[in-house]
Amino acid sequence: MPGETHVPIDQETDIVTARQKGRELAALSGLSKTEQTLIATAISEVARNIVVYAQRGEVILAPIEQEGRRGVLVVARDEGPGIPNPDLAMRDGYSTSRSLGMGLPGAKRLMDEFELSSVLGKGTTIVMKKWVR
Amino acid sequence: MAVPIMKQGDVLIASLQEALTDRALIQLRDELSERVGRFRCRAVIIDVTALDVVDSFASRTIRGIAYTAKLRGARTVVVGIQPDVAFAMVELGLTLDGVDTALDLEEGLALAGVVIRGGRSDAR
Repeated sequence: MPGETHVPIDQETDIVTARQKGRELAALSGLSKTEQTLIATAISEVARNIVVYAQRGEVILAPIEQEGRRGVLVVARDEGPGIPNPDLAMRDGYSTSRSLGMGLPGAKRLMDEFELSSVLGKGTTIVMKKWVR
Repeated sequence: MAVPIMKQGDVLIASLQEALTDRALIQLRDELSERVGRFRCRAVIIDVTALDVVDSFASRTIRGIAYTAKLRGARTVVVGIQPDVAFAMVELGLTLDGVDTALDLEEGLALAGVVIRGGRSDAR
């Protein structure tokens, strides 16, 4: 994909890098400052999930266009242990790591589209999109 | 990068920098808790004006700082949450329950009920 940015995630400082790059791309794609903040926050959540549960993975950022609409694609991918129960993981307040359990369901609320796929022992991929209004 | 902590009267002021790492936040929690005792402070102000993202981890840690400081006898006021950040926090479901907030440092100091000049006479 043109303009695709890969941010390797294997320590917590990479979370900051990923959300900064996400904000930059959102700005370039014409998203408002508020939307940039929402995207950066959602990226922070999914990138942290990688660090906490899979130790390493990557965040891919790309500008997208569909039927004349512009937006930003965020893919968070890891080859970690996978999520045993994705439905539970998407429930507010559910966590296996003593966190608030707001990360994934929260990220979903911050974005326009959110898709979680996870295979036990193989890894987790989260695809999120946000469109210019 | 460690968070600088200033002391003004009997108030500790920690200004969080942009691109704050998780480790720096945890270090700040421990450092503030210790200094509340060392300087006999009655209030802690956490200035988040520079933060462009407050995610669930940062929110939980800030709440942890406030609760820890409270158990040490100091009141915590979080100041400077930016409008976009506030909106994102609401969407995330993060409410900073039980933590005082104020618009900016000035309002925060007023809320902490502290006269900057002087502070407590037995402060050391």
